[in-house]
Amino acid sequence: MKCQKCNKPAMFHITELTGDKPEEHHFCELHAKEYLNETSQNSDTESSDGLTAALADSPVQKNPMTKVSAELQAIDRQVCPVCGISFYDFRNRGRLGCANDYDCFAKQLEPLITNIHGASEHVGKKPSEIKLQLNDSMKLIKLRRDLDTAINEEDYKKASKIRDEIKKLEN
Amino acid sequence: MIDEMLSQLSQWLQGEGLESEIVISCRIRLARNLSGYPFVTRATETDRRSIRDIVYRVANEIFEQSSFYFVDIDTLPTLDRMYLLERQLISRELVESVGIRAALIDKNESFCIMINEEDHLRIHATTSGFEPMRIWQILNEIDDKLSKSLSYSFHPKLGYLSACPTNVGTGMRVSVMLHLPALAVTKEIEKVFRSLKKVHLAVRGLYGENSQPVGDLYQISNQITLGKTEPELIKTLQNFVPQILTFEKQSRDFLMREQREILLDRCSRAVGLLKTARTIGSVETLHHLSSLRLGVHLGIIENITIDEVNRLFLNTQPAHLQKILGEQLSQNNRDVERAKYLRSNLGSI
Repeated sequence: MKCQKCNKPAMFHITELTGDKPEEHHFCELHAKEYLNETSQNSDTESSDGLTAALADSPVQKNPMTKVSAELQAIDRQVCPVCGISFYDFRNRGRLGCANDYDCFAKQLEPLITNIHGASEHVGKKPSEIKLQLNDSMKLIKLRRDLDTAINEEDYKKASKIRDEIKKLEN
Repeated sequence: MIDEMLSQLSQWLQGEGLESEIVISCRIRLARNLSGYPFVTRATETDRRSIRDIVYRVANEIFEQSSFYFVDIDTLPTLDRMYLLERQLISRELVESVGIRAALIDKNESFCIMINEEDHLRIHATTSGFEPMRIWQILNEIDDKLSKSLSYSFHPKLGYLSACPTNVGTGMRVSVMLHLPALAVTKEIEKVFRSLKKVHLAVRGLYGENSQPVGDLYQISNQITLGKTEPELIKTLQNFVPQILTFEKQSRDFLMREQREILLDRCSRAVGLLKTARTIGSVETLHHLSSLRLGVHLGIIENITIDEVNRLFLNTQPAHLQKILGEQLSQNNRDVERAKYLRSNLGSI
């Protein structure tokens, strides 16, 4: 889903319950901040009033803007050990780096997923068999990343060793 | 490949199937990723090449080799990419992104697998008219065949994992392309959009996300992909689309009854303009073809069929026009040639 004010992915899903009917807003980080600042300036009460159903555990919902930045920065610095993507990268691009991100950033993603889908568990079809166990899958992703680094650093001995490990896991 | 395609009308534009006077086409796509590889944004060119090669190898095992085209999009000329985009076979993201990426296209154009788009695989099938369950059966079978040889990234709780959490779970997007000129004229369309939002359905223009509606063509699709089974997601559209069709039909009846002269005028002007223009842009063409299509359905305009109008919708698009004429043209020249093409194809009206 795109931000309703620009083309960036919408990372903040806010439901306003102040009027007669709930109003949904979908923003990127920048426009969410702008929107929340506007709301707090226009409000007679505390800044978080009127934002009763934002992205469940989002710091945006729970804290005044002054605290948001610090908390966001701490979350942003988290990095997936498998693909190397930071949560900041995800928030900016709206795309995850690998399957492990769903577990690595679970605390942030779960409320987001529940907010988008109104559910948190898959009930649809399943592949007839799981060919590659999650652990091996993560190892392979990591190995492929290491292989790329080794080749870029022209460490061909290391690259060859990694290639063998990849083949072993693939088989 | 393009030459072969030029001679045929995309299956989804054939104007057949249920409710095809209003429903142009119905499509389902599945997002799938391979385990053991990072998602596309973090994939190296080596990863992308491996993914492309794996899908190519598996496709050759499960499909008749002569039944599909395998196209490397990264080396395909821009005009050819635009041609596939106009035919709704590939997405704008696949056209515009960089790196190794490909498309496996069934020769009947009934299904396509985009490789290294937002996800490793985007499998989609499209038919003319409104028959989502039939498409699901086709697509489900293809997906089952692929999953016997491919190792999909699947999470025990979240289901099929996707690069964007908006697609996680089933990875399924069902969309219906509707031609709603009467609801647009009577300004009732906004009410429809508001009610769609309440049932978590999204409205987009002709070319998907972020595209503006042109030619009164709207795509309606499910927003959620998790927490419901595939048939349940289809059911949401099956429950809602017939209501929109009824509204559109009622609006067409209303226009015929209460504003007949205005409607006749709109259709006649559209025909007049399309038949006499010496230069015309693609958006203006779509706008008038929409009136023409409405006129044909209501019996106001004769001697042309819905599928012939559908053909004009497609063949007057920039890349199609240039491919038909066999040369690259500047925008000004395209507009002149488009007008010429329309004049020569609307002589019977």
